[in-house]
Amino acid sequence: MSEAKVVGNPSANKKILDIKNLDISFQTNAGVIHAIRGVNLDLCKGETVAIVGESGSGKSVTMKAVMGLLDSNATVNSGEILYTYTDEKGQEATVDLLKLPKKQLRQNFNGQRIAMVFQDPMTSLDPTMTIGKQIMESMFLHLQMDKEAAKARALELLELVGIPDAEKRFKNYPHQLSGGMRQRVVIAIALSANPDILICDEPTTALDVTIQARILELIMEIQQKMGLSVVYITHDLGVVAKVADYVDVMYAGKIVEVGNVNEIFFEPKHPYTWGLLSAMPDLETDDDRLYSIPGSPPNLLREPKGDAFAARNQFALAIDEKAEPPLFQISPTHWAATWLLHPDAPKVEMPPELVARLARARKEAEKYL
Amino acid sequence: MSEINLKEPLLQVQNLVQHFPISRSFTVKAVNGVSFYIRPGETYGLVGESGSGKTTIGRSVIRLYNPTGGQMLFQGQDITGKLDGKTREMLRKDMQMIFQDPMASLNPRKKVEDIIGEGLEIHHIGASKQERQALIGDMLKKVGLSPEHAARYPHQFSGGQRQRVGIARALIMNPKLIIADECISALDVSIQAQVVNLMKDIQEETHCAYLFIAHDLSMVKYISDRIGVLHLGYMVESGTKEEIFSNPVHPYTKSLLSAIPHPNPEVEKRRKAITYDYASSGLDYAAGTEHNVGGTHTVLGTDEDIRRWQKQ
Repeated sequence: MSEAKVVGNPSANKKILDIKNLDISFQTNAGVIHAIRGVNLDLCKGETVAIVGESGSGKSVTMKAVMGLLDSNATVNSGEILYTYTDEKGQEATVDLLKLPKKQLRQNFNGQRIAMVFQDPMTSLDPTMTIGKQIMESMFLHLQMDKEAAKARALELLELVGIPDAEKRFKNYPHQLSGGMRQRVVIAIALSANPDILICDEPTTALDVTIQARILELIMEIQQKMGLSVVYITHDLGVVAKVADYVDVMYAGKIVEVGNVNEIFFEPKHPYTWGLLSAMPDLETDDDRLYSIPGSPPNLLREPKGDAFAARNQFALAIDEKAEPPLFQISPTHWAATWLLHPDAPKVEMPPELVARLARARKEAEKYL
Repeated sequence: MSEINLKEPLLQVQNLVQHFPISRSFTVKAVNGVSFYIRPGETYGLVGESGSGKTTIGRSVIRLYNPTGGQMLFQGQDITGKLDGKTREMLRKDMQMIFQDPMASLNPRKKVEDIIGEGLEIHHIGASKQERQALIGDMLKKVGLSPEHAARYPHQFSGGQRQRVGIARALIMNPKLIIADECISALDVSIQAQVVNLMKDIQEETHCAYLFIAHDLSMVKYISDRIGVLHLGYMVESGTKEEIFSNPVHPYTKSLLSAIPHPNPEVEKRRKAITYDYASSGLDYAAGTEHNVGGTHTVLGTDEDIRRWQKQ
């Protein structure tokens, strides 16, 4: 195991989004909140990356930085977000999204190349506009389509996202649709300008399981059809297991573990990942109490000393109080930031319930291999 | 009043119908004849997709709506029609609700102590302000907050802490039944576990019953004793959690169970949820009757449907 400066997902596919050492803080009345403390993240073409973490861990802020949607009190202290795309002339270009002027970002990137699906479909749709109009809006803006072409494409999109009676629904207002249908409309809007990257911020949290499965399957299907790269922001590990190729676990503004989906689910190394996995009951869970990670995430108003997770970590070592762990490499794709992986660290086993749980999961998985 | 027969249901809902007239020609039929009961100290889980009427049932039971039809008995008293003062007071004290979104259900302009203490003041519990404050302080400790938090405003708390405030507000009246309407859906996984553990602890201590409304089936299975599956305002299947999970009979229940996400990538990537579409299934819920298929397990359907499903 060796220390590493740059984490990457070695993949045959081309990197299209490369976040390097991103560091963001927010000015508030209470002081400066250091929300993102050096995040590295890659996204390759056609792949799906899931960012997992509690609220306040900075997963949404990271992606908002990509969209240029940071609040006005945010300061980007360092880092770059490199986006590689094919421009109008068919040439490959790479830009740093953080350095682009707002106007250019809005005109040429947001919505057109990088689109976002927000959590709550009721607040992300305009209640005073018919859904048809909302879907056509970005086509007028980004693709300069005329009305007929836009309408034809909007109907196509509505059908693509599985809305029956597209013609009739076209004239509906958001309040006339159910939650699942609304989220489909939001996805249709996001797809309307043929983006390269789709960022889904908790796309199914407001929906129930049956619809959730359908929406996720829908996004996967569209992803395959259109070669999209997708970033999921979520705290639902069931969703992650279904969609992700790579998983980034975030805690207190840092990525604490990254790996491909099997590594994270079957061989997690970071105690925080252990906690997340244990806290979610599976159908066999019949323990008296659910495991819960004690305490709550640190307040980033005060810069955490040492490992930010130490206070909630039952496996914390003395060094966790003093120094921040670097990312240790476990496999070509798997990295974790915990001192437990240091060669000098005492050998620590994960909690027995989780061991049993993972064994169960592996056995279940073997049926399919 | 304190010791009621444990065999006697705490809440008995018979044929609850809840319709919302929208215009002269259109009525939303949210709940169409749902029956269930909750015994003291048990947890009854209501599951179903959005629009299935689970929240409506919760709200009708606590009388935020006026039921269109049916009968509801709470602690042996009819709480269906117009309530007289005494019944209303009993209902408002002994039945409480925890809402889904802790930010939206707490008044942002009130301090936590005022939010939690509002019920005490209305019902004249606690002789003096000091006494009430002591009660509030105890309650905050019980839900894992500290009494110093009493003077804070909701926005100064994290999501999990806010939901604890919501729970404290429900608990301070010492209710017999708590309606928990998606009370953990808005929280993070690790916080969900904390809140669920808290709810279990409280149940052990106070023997309150829960009507647990949720769409997260693994959590419902974990917390509930019995489960009712709702679809389109009908209770399609009801039984203990073992009955429902090990032997689902109704096709809707089957599709619902198949949609549960597994935190297991190998399984999850290959899993396709069973789709169920009422319109094309050829079923008519209104024609079905409740059939007992063993134990407390009941399924809605016609005789023929049930026979067919059981053969599968």
